[in-house]
Amino acid sequence: MDKRVTSSAEAPAVAPVAVRDLTKTYGAVTAVDHISFTLAPASTVALLGGNGAGKTTTIAMLLGLVVPTSGEVRVFGADMSKERGSIAHRLNFQSPYVDLPARLTVRQNLTVYAGLYGIANGPERIAYVAEDLQIVPMLDRETGKLSAGQKTRVGLAKALLNAPELLLLDEPTASLDPDTADWIRRKLKDYARSRGATLLLASHNMTEVERLADRVILLDQGRILEDETPRALIETFGRKTLEEVFLDVVRGRAKQEAERPESEIAPARKAS
Amino acid sequence: MTTLSATAIGAEPIILPPNGLAASFRRIGALVKRYIYLLRSSGVRLVELIYWPFLQMLTWGFLQKYLAGTTSPLAQGAGVLIGSVLLWDILFRSKIGFSTTFIEEMWSRNLGNLLTSPLRAYELVAALSLWSVIRLGVSMVPVAICAYFIFGFNLLGLGLPLVAFFVVLVLTSWSLGLISAGVILRYGLGAEELAWSLAFVLLPLCCVYYPVSVLPDWLQVVALALPPTHVFEGMRSILVHNTFDPKELWWALSLNAVYLLAGYLTFSRFLASARVNGTLVQLGE
Repeated sequence: MDKRVTSSAEAPAVAPVAVRDLTKTYGAVTAVDHISFTLAPASTVALLGGNGAGKTTTIAMLLGLVVPTSGEVRVFGADMSKERGSIAHRLNFQSPYVDLPARLTVRQNLTVYAGLYGIANGPERIAYVAEDLQIVPMLDRETGKLSAGQKTRVGLAKALLNAPELLLLDEPTASLDPDTADWIRRKLKDYARSRGATLLLASHNMTEVERLADRVILLDQGRILEDETPRALIETFGRKTLEEVFLDVVRGRAKQEAERPESEIAPARKAS
Repeated sequence: MTTLSATAIGAEPIILPPNGLAASFRRIGALVKRYIYLLRSSGVRLVELIYWPFLQMLTWGFLQKYLAGTTSPLAQGAGVLIGSVLLWDILFRSKIGFSTTFIEEMWSRNLGNLLTSPLRAYELVAALSLWSVIRLGVSMVPVAICAYFIFGFNLLGLGLPLVAFFVVLVLTSWSLGLISAGVILRYGLGAEELAWSLAFVLLPLCCVYYPVSVLPDWLQVVALALPPTHVFEGMRSILVHNTFDPKELWWALSLNAVYLLAGYLTFSRFLASARVNGTLVQLGE
C-alpha cells in the first residue's frame, strides 16, 4: 500500500514557512503591511502584537483562509493560494475562534478529522492522542458539553491528530485558567521537541511567548517592528520583561523613547 | 499522567496519499460520516425530516380525495395533486438538505477547521450533494409509503420516468443549494433566509400544481427554461393521459447541466471572494 508514515526523522527539505512582502488590505484598511519572514525547521516562533496588529490575518493567510492582496506565502515550498491541497496534510491549527461540532462526541469529531487528514490508523492514533492529552474520559461525551479547558484540549487533539510538521496556534491558551494553560504549554513544548515540529503562535500572553518561543516577531499596525529572540527584544527595548515591551508597543512608545532615561520621558508625557 | 512512548503501536499516524480519486472519496466519506453522526445524535432532527412532508402529503391527499368527487377531469386524474406534492418535496427537501447542512457548519463554527484541512471545495460540495440525497431518502421514503397506504397513491406507478424525474429534481436542488451556500459564504449568516426561500421562487414558475398553458405566453418561456417544469408536465401527462414524451426529460437534463455548472461557478466565485474579503475568518465570530 502506498503510504507515508510521518516521523521526526523526515526533516523538511524547505523552510516550513516563507513569507515575502506579504500585504493584506480590506478597502482602505491595511491589516498586514509588506511583511517578510521565514521559519526555520523545528523552531517555535511567536507573533506578538496588540489587537488589530495583523496576527490573525497573517495566520489566516498561512492557512489559505485569506488570500493576500500582494506578496507570497509558501508553506513547505507550496504557494498557499494555489497549491494548498498538496501540503494541507502536513500542517494543522488550533484557534479559539473555531469549534468542533458541538453535537458530536469527541471521538466522532476526531474520527471525522482522521478521515479528512487521510490517517489510515485513525482509531489507534485517536487512542494515543487522547491518552497523551488526558481526554480519554471525554471521548464519548458531546463536545459542546465540555468546559473551556476541556474543549481546548480536544481542539489540540484534533490539531495533533496528523502529527503536523507545522502547527499554527492562534491564542492557544485564551480563556484558560493558569494551571490548564501551563499544562497546554508544556504539551506544546514537548510535542515540538519530540517531533522536530515547527510552531507558529499568535498570542497576547507574554508568559506564554517567553515560555514557548525561541523567536518573537513583533507586529504593530500590520508591520514587523522587531524580529528577535525574546531576550534580545527585552534588551532592545531596555525593559525587564516581554510584557513591558508589549505595553511599550501597544501604547505607541517607540524603541528610541524607551531607550531614553525615564526622567526625560516623564515630563514630556505629562505635557501631552 | 500516563503517556505512551512515541514509538508505541499506533502512535505514529499513517498518512495516506493526499491526492487521487481514492483520497477524494475518503475525505467525502469522512464528511458524510460527520453528517450521519449529527443526524443520529438527535431524534428530533429525524422526526422533523419526516414531519413536514407527511403533513403536506396529508393536506394535499385529502384535497385530492375531495376533488376526485367533482366533475373536473383534471382533478379526477389519479393522484395529480399528491404526485405534485411528493415531487415538489423531492426538490424542496433536497435543496434544504444541501443548504442547511452547509449552514450547520457555520453555526457550529467548524468551517474554518474544514477549509484548512486537506478537504477540497469540490469534495465539500460532493459530500453535501450526497448527503442531501441520503437525507431525502430518510425523509421521503416513509412519506411515499404512507401515501400508498392512506390514499392508494403509488409513486412507483409513474414507472421508469420516476427515476428521471428524481434525477432532474435533485440536480436542480443542488444548483439552488450551491447558489445559496455561495451567497451565505460571501455575506454571512445574515443571508441565511435565502437558503429557505430560494426554492420557493420556483414554485409558481415550475407549474407544480397547474399546466404551463395557464401562464401568459412570455412566462411560459421562462417556465420551460426551468428543468422542474418538464418534470411536473411529464407527471401530469402520465397520470392524466397515460402518455409520456422522453424528449422533455432530455431537454430538462440538458438544462440541468447548465444550471449545475452555473451553480458550481457561483459557489466557487463566492468562496474565492470570501477568501479575498476575509469573511471565512469572521464566520465564527
